[in-house]
Amino acid sequence: MTEAPRRVPVVDYLSLDGAGGPVLRANACTACGALFFDRRNACARCGAREFEHRPLGTTGTVRAFTIVKRAAPNVPVPYVSAVVALDGGGVVKANIRDVEPDPAQVTLGMRVALTTFTCGTDVEGTEAVAFGFAPAT
Amino acid sequence: MADDLWIIGASMTPFGRFPDRDVIDLAATAALDALDDASATIAEMQTLAVGCLTEAPNMLGQRLQKQIGQTGIPVYNVANACATGATAVRTALLTLKAGEADMALAVGVEQMGKMGLLGSAGRARPEPAGYEPSGRYGSVMPVEGILGTQLMPGVFAQAGMEYAYEHDGVGFEQFAKVAEKNHAHSALNPLAQYRKVFSLEEVMGAEMVAYPNTLLMCCPTGDGAAAVVVCTGTKLKTLDPGVRRRAVKISASVLTSDPYVESDTAQPDVSTLTKRAAAQAYEQAGLGPSDLDLVELHDCFATAELIHYENLQLCEPGGAGDFIDRRAPWRDGTTPVNVSGGLISKGHPIGATGVANLYEVATHLRGEAGDRQIEGARVGLTHVIGLGSACGVHILERATS
Repeated sequence: MTEAPRRVPVVDYLSLDGAGGPVLRANACTACGALFFDRRNACARCGAREFEHRPLGTTGTVRAFTIVKRAAPNVPVPYVSAVVALDGGGVVKANIRDVEPDPAQVTLGMRVALTTFTCGTDVEGTEAVAFGFAPAT
Repeated sequence: MADDLWIIGASMTPFGRFPDRDVIDLAATAALDALDDASATIAEMQTLAVGCLTEAPNMLGQRLQKQIGQTGIPVYNVANACATGATAVRTALLTLKAGEADMALAVGVEQMGKMGLLGSAGRARPEPAGYEPSGRYGSVMPVEGILGTQLMPGVFAQAGMEYAYEHDGVGFEQFAKVAEKNHAHSALNPLAQYRKVFSLEEVMGAEMVAYPNTLLMCCPTGDGAAAVVVCTGTKLKTLDPGVRRRAVKISASVLTSDPYVESDTAQPDVSTLTKRAAAQAYEQAGLGPSDLDLVELHDCFATAELIHYENLQLCEPGGAGDFIDRRAPWRDGTTPVNVSGGLISKGHPIGATGVANLYEVATHLRGEAGDRQIEGARVGLTHVIGLGSACGVHILERATS
């Protein structure tokens, strides 16, 4: 019997073990509600210093995209990078997956849903899991 | 009442690739030319500000002094991303406003060579052997290309596409028309890194870097320097008539950073701080966008120039696509933009850029721009953005005598 490989999120704001499946989790300012994905010292919006973890919506809208054709040698191209505004708040950058990297196939304002994929395996066999978005029906 | 501020000397080296010279040669050439242009000497400079993104931590200002004059004055080594040059000028101006100097020298310089469009980010980064979370996002590996792109061509592509999402009449063709214009303008500028005219079809058909930015819609890397000698109005009154006649008034000098917006979590917002800087600059100068005879703005990518038409109030809200479609920013249009060729074709040696665009506008206001002269220019605006972000806006006016 083979054991399932250990899986780790590629960034710590991606939670893989939520009850409803993978979800992005922000640091939310308890004073003003501003959302952040990085480790915080204080709030960039209001200066307050208390934060709570808040799970974000898993669907959203593409506000901007680019199709990257030139990148570092170990980054596969072409790929679609997008700015996604999540339903219920939060704006995040990620790749749009499951779509042809063609400006005729990606549209501004398209509806997308969170998805995850394995983006690497380390020497111990641990898999890194990243998030992206796929077209939502 | 605060004293007026003036440019009395301005210079720039040609932009290009100069492997036989070093960054001190470039800075010294620009500095000495600006001093000569001002009929001034290094001994009259009471402060020196030197902007250079790569060499500011290495005392470049003092190394420059050792070539052009060690007079013991305060030196400020300045770095502020692509707003480095404008920030160096503003630093020199602040020393005038503070009363610590009545004449100062600001130099911007960069030697980038053929570092490539993506800089060091264009090189492969090794994947770690074992996954351990590190950094402020707890990442276990480099995420460029995995979680979208944070490199310049893609960031500015997405900034442009967000404008296209919010406004009608903006697409690949409008962005490409910006580059078509700037390449055409550069043919008249002997100081530009490139001087080749391209058709719209050639711009759109060039290698795609990050849609909608093709290679001809991206600024090159390169070497170059620019410098200005600035002084107070009180000091100006004591100078020779020939210097006073060519003096250019600095009617506004503004530096902003990016205020919090929700989308900061995805990528830096280059619009809000530009809108704020423009509004402050127009108020300082007591002028409006309709008063501008020319604008040199930060077209690091064609997508960036288009959104700055609106950010700088050059067009109606939502009207940037129409603005380029009706050729308003061409040199024979209603608001000539980047008649130097802009960053896209004149070049973008990072630290030099924000000083070189002051040189460009000042040269037109003096009526000394040769083949590319905008006839009768009286007022001009310069704008730079450093991603992260910093925005510098200056408004210059021809001396009225």
